Amino acid sequence: MVYLYLFIAFFKIGLFGFGGGYAILSLVQHEVEYYGWLTPAQFTDIVAISQMTPGPIGINCATYVGYTATGSVLGSIVATSAILLPSFIIMIILSRLYMRLKDNPYIASILHTLRPVVIGLIAAAALVLITPDNFIDGWSVLLFAFALLLTTDFKIHPIAVICLAGFAGFIIYG
Amino acid sequence: MIPLIQEEVVGRRKWIKEDEFLDLLALAQSAPGIIAANTAIFIGYKMKGILGAIVATLGAVLPSFFIILLIAACFADYKDNPNVEAIFKGIRPAVVALIAAPLYKMAKAAKLTWLTALIPIVTALLIWLLRLSPIWIIAAAIIVGVLIAKRKTE
Repeated sequence: MVYLYLFIAFFKIGLFGFGGGYAILSLVQHEVEYYGWLTPAQFTDIVAISQMTPGPIGINCATYVGYTATGSVLGSIVATSAILLPSFIIMIILSRLYMRLKDNPYIASILHTLRPVVIGLIAAAALVLITPDNFIDGWSVLLFAFALLLTTDFKIHPIAVICLAGFAGFIIYG
Repeated sequence: MIPLIQEEVVGRRKWIKEDEFLDLLALAQSAPGIIAANTAIFIGYKMKGILGAIVATLGAVLPSFFIILLIAACFADYKDNPNVEAIFKGIRPAVVALIAAPLYKMAKAAKLTWLTALIPIVTALLIWLLRLSPIWIIAAAIIVGVLIAKRKTE
């Protein structure tokens, strides 16, 4: 049964996942929480791992959640195929209708209204992860503020920020 | 990942032309799903039909799939190690910051007014506090987009 739920959950994510990596996160998070596949801390760990490995965040989430939810490679295959299937259907239809859709006022209008929504989705992805398992003490708040400053003002690469935070964690909690 | 695809497909192999790639990219970014996969499906389908699309998608996805599978399998053994746990305790709040980091820039680029700024705020609050599925909000935005276009074209 878990395989069917994985398929349904990741098919929905693939079908409604507008706006790329971080926006997709809020959809994954919702499904994962709904089915109880991962704790918020586990989910945050996948995002960290996704940042440090090549490849799209959506694929990484599907593969990881599929494995963790079932404990088997088949779970990864099901979830990863399910997230790709809507793309497959939609992109093939789009490539046939491409010329006609290019200047379609409906598509332009939908994309226009989705744009501010995508910002909200990313904000939600961050807000939902502000949980007691991710923010355990004052150090966490400090690390959060420091990481935000490093990425926005000093343009430090996300991988470097994660490495620094991991090192800080090792010193503080290790 | 997109610059790599562009270099390979347009620059090195010359499978498609630059302007065509940019059109295709715009479409892949507007469609739902993973942008890199959308791009791969489109290029594969354009060149060799359904089979081409399948092969290109596998090529784009399999490296990540294997890397993550390996990590997921190993991580299960190491996650209770106190040193690994300490490192992740430090990483977790930083990850939340990484997700939040692009928001300000995106909001500025979207030229939000006081009124349109309500859309992301309400979206975030509905998902965060009421645990509403993001899918409902996306579906609502699509319907609103259609209605606006309909009113304009009439």
